[in-house]
Amino acid sequence: MSRLGKITRRTLLVGAVAIAGGAAFGIYQIRRPVTNPLRPEEGATLNPYVIIDQSGISIIAPRAEMGQGVHTTLAALVAEELDADWDEIRVLHGPPAAAYYNAALAHGALPVPEYAMRDWQRSVTEGLGAVTRLLGLQVTGGSTSTVDAYERMRHAGAGAREALKAVAADRLGVAVDRLRTDKGRVIAPDGTEIDYRDLAEAAAARPVPKVALRPPAEWKLLGRSLPRTDMRAKATGAAQFSTDIVLAGMKFATVRICPHLGGSMERFDPAPALAVPGVEHVLDLGDGVAVVARNTWAAIQGAEAVQIDWTPSPLPATTEAMFDQIARAFDEKPNSRMRNKGRPDDVAAGVEAEYRVPFLAHATMEPMGATAWLKDGHLTLWVGNQAPREHEKAAAEAAGVAREDVTLHTVFLGGGFGRRVETDVTRQAARIAALLPGTPIRLTWSREEDMRHDFYRPAAIARMRGAVADGRAVLLDAQIAAPSVTRAAIGRLTGRNIGGPDKGHVEGAFDQPYAIPNYRVVGHLADLDVPIGFWRAVGNSFNGFFHESFIDELAHAAGRDPLAFRLDHVAPENPVAAGVLEAVRDLSGWGDPVPEGVGRGVAMTWSFGTPTAVVIEIAREGRTIRIARAFMACDPGQVLDHAIVRAQMESGLIYGLSAAVMGEITFSGGRADQGNFPDYDALRMHTAPRIEVAILQDNPHMGGVGEPGTPPAMPALANALFDLTGERIRSLPLSHHAEFLV
Amino acid sequence: MTISLTVNGTQFRTDAPPETPLLWVLRDELGLSGTKYGCGVAACGACTVHVDGQAVRSCQVALADVWGDVTTIEGLAQGERLAPLQEAWIRHQVAQCGFCQSGQIMQAADLLAANPAPSDDDIDAAMAGNLCRCGSYSAIRAAIHDAARAMNGGRAG
Repeated sequence: MSRLGKITRRTLLVGAVAIAGGAAFGIYQIRRPVTNPLRPEEGATLNPYVIIDQSGISIIAPRAEMGQGVHTTLAALVAEELDADWDEIRVLHGPPAAAYYNAALAHGALPVPEYAMRDWQRSVTEGLGAVTRLLGLQVTGGSTSTVDAYERMRHAGAGAREALKAVAADRLGVAVDRLRTDKGRVIAPDGTEIDYRDLAEAAAARPVPKVALRPPAEWKLLGRSLPRTDMRAKATGAAQFSTDIVLAGMKFATVRICPHLGGSMERFDPAPALAVPGVEHVLDLGDGVAVVARNTWAAIQGAEAVQIDWTPSPLPATTEAMFDQIARAFDEKPNSRMRNKGRPDDVAAGVEAEYRVPFLAHATMEPMGATAWLKDGHLTLWVGNQAPREHEKAAAEAAGVAREDVTLHTVFLGGGFGRRVETDVTRQAARIAALLPGTPIRLTWSREEDMRHDFYRPAAIARMRGAVADGRAVLLDAQIAAPSVTRAAIGRLTGRNIGGPDKGHVEGAFDQPYAIPNYRVVGHLADLDVPIGFWRAVGNSFNGFFHESFIDELAHAAGRDPLAFRLDHVAPENPVAAGVLEAVRDLSGWGDPVPEGVGRGVAMTWSFGTPTAVVIEIAREGRTIRIARAFMACDPGQVLDHAIVRAQMESGLIYGLSAAVMGEITFSGGRADQGNFPDYDALRMHTAPRIEVAILQDNPHMGGVGEPGTPPAMPALANALFDLTGERIRSLPLSHHAEFLV
Repeated sequence: MTISLTVNGTQFRTDAPPETPLLWVLRDELGLSGTKYGCGVAACGACTVHVDGQAVRSCQVALADVWGDVTTIEGLAQGERLAPLQEAWIRHQVAQCGFCQSGQIMQAADLLAANPAPSDDDIDAAMAGNLCRCGSYSAIRAAIHDAARAMNGGRAG
């Protein structure tokens, strides 16, 4: 049972509650301190991020640990200032609470490219952070966690430290400025030591002094590659994910929902399922059934056995018809024109091309799942999720209980990539638990259910016009059509209609740091109701492919080396972006002669505040092509943990390459044709490249690292294929056009 | 009808139907949740355990067909002393989300038992069936080499 087991939303505050370091925004509701959601059974909470009790120091991570190392880095922010002993701290997922709002989510809200933002514009987005606080968006996504926590959680550590020192000063009769702190103790000039545990309760009753943060030169933990706090549990099988909670009397459930997306269930016959040994209940969920059994295997067998008549999907009957529907958006009024420079209509296009990318699944290693238990009117859930307050709300609705009667524990996520913002599985688990009160329910989706009920990365089409003169690009004119993830996913998340120009739809295209005199990016939103959602780098994941493939086409049209061509256009626009291109050039030995049968491609995308350049090297091996090597250079500014940044870069790259080579969801009658890894595979040990990563820190603003590796991976691979074969591939996956090693 | 099986040195009896895959017996009937379900069709390796010392996909082995003692990730360590592979996993900070890592480690243990000094190609061949959606492959490879060296008393593996 979680150490936060007894902590509920209703709680109040012990002692100092203001979030130190929270920006002042001049609006009363926003200035008001946010309620501290922590109330340990014993011990003391010094702010929403620190609990100290007799067993030691627990640091509360407000963001979900889904592999990106956020528990380690966020805990290090607190521990650095708190002078906690790194080997002794525990890190816990924060409960659903407005206190854990993600202000950095709003950093991308202005309709300007991030790389070109002026200081006053950054100040405005700091103010916009207040909006997410009002909405209480406690979301892990957008590669924002560290950026958001960077000051807040250090202030939390510093404030707690000073409160502890103040108590020690009183007890010892020593001036507070003569005390120092180390490894969880306050130390007096005469060597007397007092453990934080013995000061915490008294400290909690004091106001938190606001103190200056330590400069990076004094850091002991930040800036180092720390041992990850989740590593031992993940190497021993002890780490708990959504379906790893063991409760007495637990039953095991799975669901079978209408696979024809947008369709529903007309009637069902549970009898064949109830005949399966171990099956105990078949429950009507409206658009499908849940089967509850003595174990998950019996539940899955039972779900397959239920006789169900589905109603049809309202979606276009084929994938081709879906693309036709997307293409029709080009004929409609544009939604955005976020880059519109020069006079693109007056320049004759020398290169014109259409690009297409498919729908993609998330395919997290862990299929969707949740554990839920309605007992005495109180619903307790364990679910790895990226938006605890939304999941809590969805669970309350589905179970028919008040939000105050829901306790939601966020557990480790077996991959997120945006999928676990969505509340569908939590709703189902809560509903099943409510139908079987008193019985703990472990709900596990089959892989097939997971792949067929995703919120997919949308398919998209780009129509590109370009022209070159004297070795330079003089025109880049892009039109992009796709259904809007912003409207679909943020609409679901906030329950509001999202109008206006959709920045997410064109991110990765409109906001790239190239100096091109006639440069336009026009967004068209397609009217197509396939369920879509956040995916690793979302809009950047398709626009990065369009933009950087087309830049490559322009380079070749100009008769130029594609990396030097990029640098010529990027250097005058942004030195940080030029820096990653130069770094990847040097790291890869770009321009050196390569053997026969080897091809190289380059791409660079600025996303989530971090320009990232990639060189991919491919090699013929018999009839197949191997992705042999990858070189990456990124500049996220201040780096807090090199090993984690490097791991995220490699991870994002492989996620992108997997999609580029073989990722594709197609639909027949609104049902996804792919159901499991044999149909929707990814790179593996023997097909993944050897990767080298250069991490620069010249960027004056801290950027994210979870997603920026993904967008440039796809065009870099397609560009390498062009280098090797002379064939320009303008649609993904590449496996339709070339035979890759599998 | 009850079937008995030995898991991590402990004997269990279960009345689960004999066709139930070992994976679900471990996870749901015995409460050993370190072994993971990823695909159910032997395509991802997340459910890898050892039966009689050999790595198998537990989603494909029926309870009635279990032919020897079962070892899961929970049984790899000797009490508090972790197995060399687990130590190497921690030294190399391999795991990201961690969901596939029980299976990766059990598969790697099978490799090292048969081949104490595997080459990169040997590792590729042995690990090709274990998917990692976080893309932790380079760290896995480094950790396997490192564990091999440690188990060989420091000699190059």
